[in-house]
Amino acid sequence: MEQWVFWPVAVLALSSALVVVVTPNAVHSALALVANLFSVAVFYVLLDAHFLAAAQVMVYAGAIMVLFLFVVMLLGVDRQEDLKESIPAQRVLGFLSVIGLGGLTVFTLRSAFDQVTFAGLEQANAGGNVEAVGRTLFEGYLWPFEITSILLLIAAISAMVIGRRRPSRELTEEDAAA
Amino acid sequence: MIQPAQYLALSAMLFAVGAAGVLLRRNALVVFMSIELMLNAVNLSFVTFSKMHGGLDGQVIAFFVMVVAAAEVVVGLAIIVQLFRFARGASVDDRRSLRG
Repeated sequence: MEQWVFWPVAVLALSSALVVVVTPNAVHSALALVANLFSVAVFYVLLDAHFLAAAQVMVYAGAIMVLFLFVVMLLGVDRQEDLKESIPAQRVLGFLSVIGLGGLTVFTLRSAFDQVTFAGLEQANAGGNVEAVGRTLFEGYLWPFEITSILLLIAAISAMVIGRRRPSRELTEEDAAA
Repeated sequence: MIQPAQYLALSAMLFAVGAAGVLLRRNALVVFMSIELMLNAVNLSFVTFSKMHGGLDGQVIAFFVMVVAAAEVVVGLAIIVQLFRFARGASVDDRRSLRG
């Protein structure tokens, strides 16, 4: 049963990831990224991480991708990238190093985890995955969790400070002083 | 039956594709999306390890990665919008103002 879901979704995940990288249009990249995030959510369900699958769809495919598409539409980045290389042979070298990185990690992981099987989460997920994750989070990771809330607050405030339009009056006063 | 090695190999391939996007693309928004791809690939291996070891700590770490990625997207997109406003373009090669 599991392999009937795994292999098609694996093909979907890899091909949509490739589309994100190769398509010249940023809107198409964003839509392919949505497909990729959904397929990763399917893997989370296969791996008995039900809470993370729901959070993936809501946080990534919902919130983050809406933000991405909003910025793409706002800035209108549908013009072509220039193909001039500022570093000589950057494309060839980048392609070769990515092939090396992917090949090495896949080979190492496959050989290192060749005989390893899943211990399974039946025991840990006995009372439901959401309850179990919540218990682990608040028993073992309470302090990081609270710090994370401060991080989110800092991110929200800093995005407002960075993104605000500076009033032109300040600029002219500084120019007059300078 | 799918074994952990398959999930980990898939996650490594997704990470390599994301790294290719960061290395080969110029558009700052697409570079940003490729970083998201890489974060997701790492999350997938965390969740795989969680099931492999029979504990839920891997899922909690993946949850934290997700939260930090959300914060990172908010600040990064604000910076990209400002770049567009001042410099009229999102090509990462043209951003050399901080070079000493």
